[in-house]
Amino acid sequence: MTLYFLDFVLLVIGIYALVAKRHVVKKILGVAIMEYSVNFFLILIGFREAGVAPILTKDMDMATFIKTAVDPLPQALVLTSIVIGLGTLALMVSIAIRLYERYGTFDMHEINRLRG
Amino acid sequence: METIIILHIILVFMIIGSIITVEIKNMLSAVISVGAVGFALSLAFLFLEAPDIAITQVIVEVLALVILIRATINVDNVAIEKREHILSDRTALIFVGMILVFAWFAFRSLPPFGEPSMRVSQYYLTHGLREVGATNFVTSVILDYRGYDTLGEAIVLFTSISGSFAILRRLKKEQHKDFLRIDREH
Amino acid sequence: MEKHIGMTPIVKMITRIICGPMLVFGAYIVLYGHITPGGGFPGGVMVALAYILITLAYGRVVVESKVSGIAASVVDDIGALIFWSVGMIGLFIGGNFLLNFLEKGEPFHLLSAGTLIINNIAITLKVGMCLYAIFLALAILQRVVIEKPKEEEE
Repeated sequence: MTLYFLDFVLLVIGIYALVAKRHVVKKILGVAIMEYSVNFFLILIGFREAGVAPILTKDMDMATFIKTAVDPLPQALVLTSIVIGLGTLALMVSIAIRLYERYGTFDMHEINRLRG
Repeated sequence: METIIILHIILVFMIIGSIITVEIKNMLSAVISVGAVGFALSLAFLFLEAPDIAITQVIVEVLALVILIRATINVDNVAIEKREHILSDRTALIFVGMILVFAWFAFRSLPPFGEPSMRVSQYYLTHGLREVGATNFVTSVILDYRGYDTLGEAIVLFTSISGSFAILRRLKKEQHKDFLRIDREH
Repeated sequence: MEKHIGMTPIVKMITRIICGPMLVFGAYIVLYGHITPGGGFPGGVMVALAYILITLAYGRVVVESKVSGIAASVVDDIGALIFWSVGMIGLFIGGNFLLNFLEKGEPFHLLSAGTLIINNIAITLKVGMCLYAIFLALAILQRVVIEKPKEEEE
């Protein structure tokens, strides 16, 4: 329970950085922190008390493995999500670089003022 | 029990790292502290019995650091100090606090930590070795049972690279004209 | 002229030593992805990191003469095509898209689990070359950002 709450605090810090900061790169870092938090939350939900990793080894019995292995489904989803996060991070960074080239600043308010 | 204590310590470390990331002035330091948060996350994955994710998180974090440092290394590192709307900061904090309060009530309907509801996964664990033949069940879920997810992931990556190329491609003359236009407007 | 491209000779020498083992370890992670922890995603990112290390150490010009951005994009598309065509073969043979139509084999052997090895290799090509191409696109931009103050002086 407290683990879930602490993880949610991490998500909220990311939301705060996304909303209240004016620097574009700070906003990108906020999105990255939110992504960490969500991945961590999915893995937390799938954890089983005193469990083993969902990888069978030769000296392991199949019946006890089925009873003790942690949930493999969130792990598969998170594995995909991490790599997608890297792709979107690169896309956001390229947008930020393009904004800097065009307007000469990273400040969102300044960019909004210059556009008008 | 030990796992839970270790996870609390790692999470507190991650929260401190992300607060430093949000509030520090120098942008390069902010990027490096977000890297520290990512590596702590991979350590937590290792304690949560997910070695696949831990490997991926370490490697991806290195590449993300390279890309983020690329974004901040050549430009001015000064953080933006001016705060015109002190009200917007406080409003954001109030709403964030409200989200936390409501989340505390919402967590009661989740399954408690350590006892997952494994309705689908129990089938994967029971029949996976016979139907797929792979001993790494995460791989068998990714590539066999849920292959559509991976296909969609490939499409998302393709879209992101297309977007990057479309944004970063340039026509030299037009860009020069743009700069002149901005200068005139000043 | 050769000296001024890239980083110092120390970094170049270390890169020359390290890059081979990095690629071999990436290939190991991919090929044994269905038996041990690993798979197409971390292996692909590791292959991309090896190329990016060469790019950082030797400069963009040296690497682009070997593997250009267009070649990386083509390999990326080939990976996606392999994954898609494996799915289509399954559709024609067994009636389901992405069907595992090969022999399952014995567990704990390299050649087991049917089409999983082919799909892992396809994802490696896809992810690795995609990330490398994104990095090239970001690195090409470097000279423009440096040139920008000059244009303002004019």
